[in-house]
Amino acid sequence: MTVEQEIDEQNDQFPVGMRVLAVDDDPTCLMLLETLLRKCQYHVTTTSQAITALKMLRENRNKFDLVISDVHMPDIDGFKLLELVGLEMDLPVIMLSAYGDTKLVMKGISHGACDYLLKPVRIEELKNIWQHVIRRKKFDAKDQKNSDKAHFESGEVGEGFPGTGDSDKSGKLNRKRKDQNVDEDEERDENGQNIEDPSTQKKPRVVWSVELHRKFVAAVHQLGIDKAVPKRILELMNVDKLSRENVASHLQAQNFFFLPSVAYHKLFSFIRAYYLALWMQKYRLYLKRISCVASQQASMVAALGSSDSTYLRMSSLNGLGDLRPAAGSRQFQNAAFGSFSPSSVIGRLNTPAGLGMRGLSSSGTGQLGFTQNSSNPINDLANFHSVIQTGNQNGNILQGLPLSLGLDQLQHNKVITQIGELNSTANDSMVHPISNGFSDMKINVGSSRNSLLGVPNNAATLQGHLQNNQRAGIFGNHSSVADVSLDSKLSSPLLDFGRCNDNWPSAVQSSEVQSDSFTLRQCFKQATPSDLRGDVSSMAMHIMTNPRDVSSIISVVPDTGTDLPSRAEQVSSNAGQNMDFALKQGWYDPKEDAAHHSNLTCISMNSSIYPDTVVGPYIQRSDARKKNCHTSSHLNVIGQSNCLDHPLVMQHKEVEQSVVETTLKSNQGYLKEQRKPLGNYAYDNVGSLEDVVSAMMKQDFPKSRTRHIKSADAAKPRLQIAFPLSVAGTERHLVFLLS
Amino acid sequence: MLGLGAERLRADMNRLLALLFHQGVLDEQFLQLQQLQDATSPNFVSEVVNIYFNESEKLLRNLRGLLLDREFSDYKKMGIHLNQFMGSSSSIGAKRVRNVCVAFRAASEQNNRPGCLRGLELLEHEYCYLKNKLHELFHLEQQRLLAAGVRYPMQN
Repeated sequence: MTVEQEIDEQNDQFPVGMRVLAVDDDPTCLMLLETLLRKCQYHVTTTSQAITALKMLRENRNKFDLVISDVHMPDIDGFKLLELVGLEMDLPVIMLSAYGDTKLVMKGISHGACDYLLKPVRIEELKNIWQHVIRRKKFDAKDQKNSDKAHFESGEVGEGFPGTGDSDKSGKLNRKRKDQNVDEDEERDENGQNIEDPSTQKKPRVVWSVELHRKFVAAVHQLGIDKAVPKRILELMNVDKLSRENVASHLQAQNFFFLPSVAYHKLFSFIRAYYLALWMQKYRLYLKRISCVASQQASMVAALGSSDSTYLRMSSLNGLGDLRPAAGSRQFQNAAFGSFSPSSVIGRLNTPAGLGMRGLSSSGTGQLGFTQNSSNPINDLANFHSVIQTGNQNGNILQGLPLSLGLDQLQHNKVITQIGELNSTANDSMVHPISNGFSDMKINVGSSRNSLLGVPNNAATLQGHLQNNQRAGIFGNHSSVADVSLDSKLSSPLLDFGRCNDNWPSAVQSSEVQSDSFTLRQCFKQATPSDLRGDVSSMAMHIMTNPRDVSSIISVVPDTGTDLPSRAEQVSSNAGQNMDFALKQGWYDPKEDAAHHSNLTCISMNSSIYPDTVVGPYIQRSDARKKNCHTSSHLNVIGQSNCLDHPLVMQHKEVEQSVVETTLKSNQGYLKEQRKPLGNYAYDNVGSLEDVVSAMMKQDFPKSRTRHIKSADAAKPRLQIAFPLSVAGTERHLVFLLS
Repeated sequence: MLGLGAERLRADMNRLLALLFHQGVLDEQFLQLQQLQDATSPNFVSEVVNIYFNESEKLLRNLRGLLLDREFSDYKKMGIHLNQFMGSSSSIGAKRVRNVCVAFRAASEQNNRPGCLRGLELLEHEYCYLKNKLHELFHLEQQRLLAAGVRYPMQN
């Protein structure tokens, strides 16, 4: 048979008949390897000398498809052999060693190994090694094609894939690798080398592992976005075998996360300041209004007082006009930004970009920070602490959010009302962003709730934010939420959100779970700090596991105010569940005049997020809301839903499916509707909060049957934004009532 | 009678294997080796194990030579030997031997001579135990095959 025929046969049956050259000085391992490879139906040639192996390879490059070599060999170091083979013959080489410590693996990768296997070699691993041959072939083919430009389009990981050939890992790193490959191609081009024969070029392969990326992000953060040039980054990173080009291409890839973040960050901070002032003004008005609702407020105050968060303190202030802007805003900012990086969720729910800064670090995680703990980089990046936390605890955030929603409402009667004031004062702008932010968060939260922690990023983001703010729970959450929203460069709503957060914290604090809060129009949900702070997942679980509580809360919601206290208690019993949210939703009676369109009901959002808690009353309301959501200023779920990103809506859907309440579902439906308009709006203009708010108001607002709210100010449209704040796992919903 | 012997031998073998697994002397890798043994390579396990024994004894001799040398200072070389020992032991499924190698290696990395001496002693002890047991196992296997071989014709 001619060689071509043989090769054809082999190719047809590939990977059967793949020709492997095995090199190992240990005869035991060599024999074992040979047998294993034969078992995989490969064609095996063995040698115990690296020199012999090189000779064989040089004789006829096409004689082998793959080389497996031990790392520690007496005559030539395995790495050296690896390099030579890669250089001269461009064959895929798999390293084999008894030791698998990271340095060795890294060394292998940087020398160009396709894979790194540990002894004892198992047949399962050997069965997959043919993939490296395919990859290499494709890579080479493309390379030839793109000889003039160094653009590697396929996301294939050519060489240098580290680790043990774990396909998941490769999938994760593919994006980065793509950049890296592109970069390498560019390097090749830049060097003016012959691209036709890439094997002649030394290709440093850099794998952007999580660690590397973390360093990268830390360096960038240290330098500051503006000053993060590849050269400086490279210096800071201080990693061997990393070239400026590698860093540059990686930085390029990050632009997706960086630039928007930077731009939004600046923009948001400006807008936030503006809206904060507005919000404060409105809040004062609201507070005055709220003060009418004495009983509830009293209970709220009590609740507030009990809360350990500074947030509570803030909220407990009757004259919250000031709302401790400093603290609040700071927290808020933190929250907003912190948590909001996930808010990018709004824009892209599950994209790391959403995470904003967090996205940078969590790019690896690829999630809004929901599940990733890569928040470290984010922490560095984000000004807001909360974000980072949220990032890490995305899951927590989500969970925290719902909880906070519910509980907050319950607890912070007063806060809610206060918030409402704030909201009203802040007006559209305030509410809008916040609600947007919240909506995202809430939705996330809700969804997370529903999905039992499975929820998406939104929740995560929210939680992340919330968690960041670990202030006494609610407040912290809020601020985180606020911050998050602010940071979420996604949209103006975020800004509002952030702002709302400022307001929220105070409100939130007060709403530390007392049912009365719900009676307040404002669906002020504050994640029970203690609980929320805790692991979100636990919270979520908590919520999930306490449907009873939730429902109780929900039921409370419908009742105007009286029920809430009792419910609130129940709610509060839940670990950090933010029944508030639910309550709030309930409170905001959709029947209230449409003037309340402007009210962004975060609550509604919250409720949607927290299926458990809020669902009950809200669900009913959501129906109503759908029609005229803005009737009541409270609980503008719509607003929230507007703010909420599309994905959020979807998440809401998930929430809908939550076990506990149908109300939730309705709320969600409501939210969805609301979400869309607002969401769109929000994204369009950062600055026009009023528009957003009004848009939100226009949406159906679930009629919360909170008498209290009604009594408080039925006529006035109020924007309520319930921000689920999850601080350290707790979720709080800030409800802003803007009128 | 011979047939009975074959069964008993098989039982003995299994018991011995179970004991070795229980003691941690062997692990699943040894089972993989056994699975690789089939019609195409009927004596695969014994072949591989014999190679292992040869190599290991060489390594042990080297290690002993290195350590007992008064002017010993080449821990790196010892590390290389241990590396190989570790790799082959894990390929065979000799868990205990491998673990001792790991500890030995740690001591050598710290340039801890007494630690290395202890490691060497342990290593030699474990290795001897393993070798004896595996020899026993192979012996049983051989006898079983013989007994089984004899049985069939009788049944016919």
